[in-house]
Amino acid sequence: MVAAIDPIVVNLIVFVLAIFVGYHVVWNVTPALHTPLMSVTNAISGIILVGAMLAAAPAVFDWGGYMGIVAVTLASINVFGGFLVTRRMLEMFKKKEPKAKVEPVQNAKEA
Amino acid sequence: MSASYAALWYLVASVCFILALKGLSHPSTARRGNVFGIAGMAIAVVVTMIIVYKAAGSNIIGIFAGIVIGGGIGSIVARRVQMTQMPELVAAMHSLVGLAAVMIAVAAINNPEAMGLANPIPIGSRLELFIGTFIGAITFSGSIIAFGKLSGKIKSAPVVFIGQHWLNLALAIAMVGFGAWFFMGGGWVPFIAMTAIAFLLGVLIIIPIGGADMPVVISMLNSYSGWAAAGIGFSLNNPMLIISGSLVGSSGAILSYIMCKAMNRSFISVILGGFGAEEGTQATGSGQKTVKSGSADDAAFIMGHAESVIIVPGYGLAVARAQHAVKEMAEKLREKGVSVRYAIHPVAGRMPGHMNVLLAEAEVPYDQVFEMDDINNEFGTADVALILGANDVVNPLAGEKGSPIYGMPIIEAHKARTVIVNKRSMASGYAGVDNPLFYLDKTMMVFGDAKKVIEDIAKAIE
Repeated sequence: MVAAIDPIVVNLIVFVLAIFVGYHVVWNVTPALHTPLMSVTNAISGIILVGAMLAAAPAVFDWGGYMGIVAVTLASINVFGGFLVTRRMLEMFKKKEPKAKVEPVQNAKEA
Repeated sequence: MSASYAALWYLVASVCFILALKGLSHPSTARRGNVFGIAGMAIAVVVTMIIVYKAAGSNIIGIFAGIVIGGGIGSIVARRVQMTQMPELVAAMHSLVGLAAVMIAVAAINNPEAMGLANPIPIGSRLELFIGTFIGAITFSGSIIAFGKLSGKIKSAPVVFIGQHWLNLALAIAMVGFGAWFFMGGGWVPFIAMTAIAFLLGVLIIIPIGGADMPVVISMLNSYSGWAAAGIGFSLNNPMLIISGSLVGSSGAILSYIMCKAMNRSFISVILGGFGAEEGTQATGSGQKTVKSGSADDAAFIMGHAESVIIVPGYGLAVARAQHAVKEMAEKLREKGVSVRYAIHPVAGRMPGHMNVLLAEAEVPYDQVFEMDDINNEFGTADVALILGANDVVNPLAGEKGSPIYGMPIIEAHKARTVIVNKRSMASGYAGVDNPLFYLDKTMMVFGDAKKVIEDIAKAIE
C-alpha cells in the first residue's frame, strides 16, 4: 500500500523545479530588457494577492480580515502597476522597429 | 471549485508566467510575453475569487474594493512615473510585496482556518510562516531604505559605524531565537518580536550600501520579494505562490549575480557595504596631472568630422535627464554620415538595464545599442568615444593589479582615437579611484551638465 505524499514534500518538489525553470528562462533574457524583467517580476510577485484574498475572507470577519484587505490593496498596486509600467517600457522598445525599417528604404531612394 | 481543479488552473497561470519571462529574451517577443503575464494573473485571481466567494460571503466587496483601489493607484503610478525614476518605483513595489507577506502571515496566525490551516497551526506551517514573515519584513524595510536612497530622500552615501556587522549578527541570532520560540508554540509574543527585529535588520542591511551598488541591492530585494511570496505559499500550501515566488526569486538572484560580476565584487562584499565610504574624496596625485578641457563647439567639430562615434552613457545621463538630447545629437551626426552606436556597461545607472530603457524612451533604435562585450572590440577602430556621466566603468586602472577596481570588466573607451568626456566636475567616481583616462593626450574633457552640454554640441553640429 502506497502512503500519500506529505504536502510539504510536494511543495518542496514544486519549489525546486520552479527555481530550475526560472533559472534557465531568466538567463535567456537579453540584458537590454533587464529593467522590464524587474518590473514584470514585480508584477508577478504581486501573485501574493492570491494569499491576501484568502486572508481577507475568513468565515468570522475580524481585524485579521481587515489586514487581508489591506494586503489585497498593496498586492493590487504591484499587479497593476507592474504590468502596466512593463507594457509602457516595452512599447518604447517596440516603437523603433517600423522606423528602423523605413529609414533604409528612404536612403535607398536617395542613393 | 475543488482544490484540485483550482490547482490545475494555477498550473495554467504558472505556465503563462514562465512564457512572460521567456518573451523577454528579445524585444520583439517581449510585449506578447507581457500579455501572457497579465493573462496568468487574471486566471489566478479569478480562480481564487471563486474559491473565496463561498467563504467570504459579503466580505467579497472588501476584496473588490481593495483590488479597485490598489489597481487604481498602480495604474496611475505606472502611467505617470518617469523612466529616470524606474529604480525608485521598482524599490517601492518590492516593499509592498514584503509588507503584504507580513500582513498575510499575521492574518493566518490570527485565523488559521480561513487560510486552510489546522488550528492550532501545525509545527511545519509555523516554520514556513516564520520564514515567509522575516523575509517579507526585511524586504519591506530594506526596500523603503533603497527607495529613499534612490529617490534622494535619504543621503545615498553609505552609513557605516563601528560594530555594525556584529550588531547585525546579534540581531539576526535574536531573530532566529524568537523564531524558534514561535516555532515551539510561543504564539504572538515571539512572533511580534521576531518581525520587529526583521524590520530593523532590513534597515541596517541596506544603509551601509552606497549609490553605485544599488543595482545589486535592487536585484537582491527583487529576489527577496519572490522568496517571501514563496514562503507564504509554503505555509498556505498554495502552489501558485510557490511557483511564482520561485520564478521571481531566481530571477532576482541571477540579476544580482550578473551585477556583482560586472563590478568584480563578491555578493558578500557588496552586502557588507562600506566600499563607497570614501566616496567624494579626491584621489591623491590628481593635482600634478593636467587635463585638456574643451568646449561643446570643439566636441561638435571633432565628432562632426569623425566616421564613427561610440557613446558611453552612465548614471550622469540619467541624473541630467539627457536621453532625448543625446538622441537628437546622434540624429544630427547620422545625417552627416557619422556612424553612431551606444555602449552599455551592465552596471551603468542604478538598476539593471537602466540605460537601455532611457535610450528606448528617447526612441533610440535598439539595434544601435550594444552590450559591453559586443562592442568592446570596436573601440580600436572608432574615431570618437563620447563618455556621458560615466567614470568607473571606463577606468583603465581596472586592468592594473593593486587598483581597488582591479578585475572589473570595463568599456574600453580608451582604445578609441579620441575620447571626449562629459562630467560635471573632476570628482572621482563612486569607487574613489582616480581615472587616468581623463589625463590621456587624446582625451578632451567637456565640463558641465550633460543635458546642457549635449544640446550645445547638437547646436554646434549644424
